[in-house]
Amino acid sequence: MDVILTSEDKVIIEKLGSRLTQCEKVKTNLIPILQMIQEELKYLPPEVIKMVAKYLEIPGSEVYGVATFYNQFKFNPPGKNPIKVCLGTACHVRAGDIILENFERKLGISEGQTTEDREFSIERVACVGCCALAPVAIMGDTVHGHMAPSKVEGLILRVQVEHEKAERERQKIESDRQ
Amino acid sequence: MVQILVDNNIIEAENGANLLQTCLENGIYIPNLCYLNDSQEPFAACRLCFVEIDGHPVAACTQKVSEGLQVQTDTSAVRSLQKTAFRLLLSVHEIKCKECSANKRCDLQRIAKFLKVGLKPKGLEIRLKDPGLDSGHPYLIVDQNRCVLCGKCVQVCLQKHGHSYLTFAKRGFDTVISGYIEPDDIPLTFSGCTLCIDICPVMAISLKEGIKS
Repeated sequence: MDVILTSEDKVIIEKLGSRLTQCEKVKTNLIPILQMIQEELKYLPPEVIKMVAKYLEIPGSEVYGVATFYNQFKFNPPGKNPIKVCLGTACHVRAGDIILENFERKLGISEGQTTEDREFSIERVACVGCCALAPVAIMGDTVHGHMAPSKVEGLILRVQVEHEKAERERQKIESDRQ
Repeated sequence: MVQILVDNNIIEAENGANLLQTCLENGIYIPNLCYLNDSQEPFAACRLCFVEIDGHPVAACTQKVSEGLQVQTDTSAVRSLQKTAFRLLLSVHEIKCKECSANKRCDLQRIAKFLKVGLKPKGLEIRLKDPGLDSGHPYLIVDQNRCVLCGKCVQVCLQKHGHSYLTFAKRGFDTVISGYIEPDDIPLTFSGCTLCIDICPVMAISLKEGIKS
């Protein structure tokens, strides 16, 4: 899946381009630069990899190789509702992988990816520290314990319903104004 | 020159020479995939070139020759280590020898024959990558399920160009050889260099159709 840059992303990338010039052009700066971009943009699209490679005068493959090695660098933008599925020991034993698979199938994306509308993203995490509730999934800031495949659809549906509700209210306010 | 003892054969070699290369040059075969001749910093990734020195297993490619060194290449401990490493490699390798362009020229086939290991490892889960063919590079195609991640292509590219245009990407089982796209205004064009293709022990890298070497 190719990530389509939003106009906000483009603005940030442009700013990052000028910030890059303040960094010394040495190879040892590669990871600090990537960290700065990850911090600002929250992910590293191909455009940015190319930009860094060009600035440091090294092949893009080298930047890509380093970036993909570390978990802290993401290649897809975070969703508005980031879903974290725990696959720690307890959740693994209670079939957390099935929960992950359910999320993946319902949203049509794989772990580490984001839906095209940037609404959801799925990430697998190690223990989140509430093993008694295994299997656990976290959506946004809310922890959902004792997850079951049947609950997965409900969670996604709830977000979509809330979304539609907000949209209706917005339309109502607009029509009231007129 | 110094003398070393390999499997009860006396071999003369330059002091400080590479043990694996010395053995190979003297007709003693030690399975290996990732060693490049005259490499200053052996990559030591394939874990196939184990030998026994003073009762300890040592990767021969990381060992330097010195006077009186006693090496055994054919102990049961060494063979057991080699077989395990080799079987693990095969468990992530797509066995399609008949359709494979490397058939009969493949280092894996040679090593399997030498170690007397079947090409289909029993008792190990086969883990293949999906998709196996990576055509993201401007002119190379990498068959990730054929690749044994020996890193020779990365090494030769680095030696030749000072930078490697191929690299290891990702981690663990997901590790792949990747050539990430280059900056748009410096398009990566085919210069005629096929070092990475020629060095590959399993012919996992090939030129895209329509690009002539």
